Amino acid sequence: MPASKNVGIVIVSHSAKVAEGAADMVRQMVGDNVPLAAAGGNAEGGLGTDVAAIMAAIDKAWSEAGVAILVDLGGAETNSEMAVEMMPEERRERIVICNAPIVEGAVMAATEASGGSSLAVVQATAEELMSA
Amino acid sequence: MQEVTASALLTNKIGLHARPSVKLTQTAKRFGSRIEVATSAAGPWTDAKSPVKIMRVKAAKGDVLHFKASGEDASAALAALVDIVARKFDEE
Repeated sequence: MPASKNVGIVIVSHSAKVAEGAADMVRQMVGDNVPLAAAGGNAEGGLGTDVAAIMAAIDKAWSEAGVAILVDLGGAETNSEMAVEMMPEERRERIVICNAPIVEGAVMAATEASGGSSLAVVQATAEELMSA
Repeated sequence: MQEVTASALLTNKIGLHARPSVKLTQTAKRFGSRIEVATSAAGPWTDAKSPVKIMRVKAAKGDVLHFKASGEDASAALAALVDIVARKFDEE
């Protein structure tokens, strides 16, 4: 399969069910022309987030256009930042963590990405949810 | 550039809720023209390519969606948008 031209979306939640459920919503509402991956739960299968799993999700959703990450509570954000830090240098600047609610943000970011928008525009669309 | 307009009656049960909003913006994004939507011919107008803004329009069944577009593919864009509203976003 050729690499997608569209920005990829990664969903990171403390709960595997939340992450997978949000990814399901994206697939059903937006379609499958956006690279998409979810990482939820810690390495032991409990609630939490796992840097290695987040890195694997970024790899899976990787696009030359970049990847936008949606996160839930605190640790999801810090572990996502750590995962980004551990990615190859040439990829790091093409990965952003969106300041947006995880489910709505994922759907909005994916909708924007499905039209071929740039990473900056995809991030701005997700973050627009936080403005009035 | 000439501005073109069109309108379509929302007849799908749930109106312009999440999933139809996504489909509407995805359709609008296929075109280069600037495209706006309103529930009244007098506005206020909303960017048809912004999923966040379209969802906030909260148009309901029975509302008329007014479209205006300007750009090289404006007519084709409005035809596609009117068509997807008429097809009830392929959901019913």
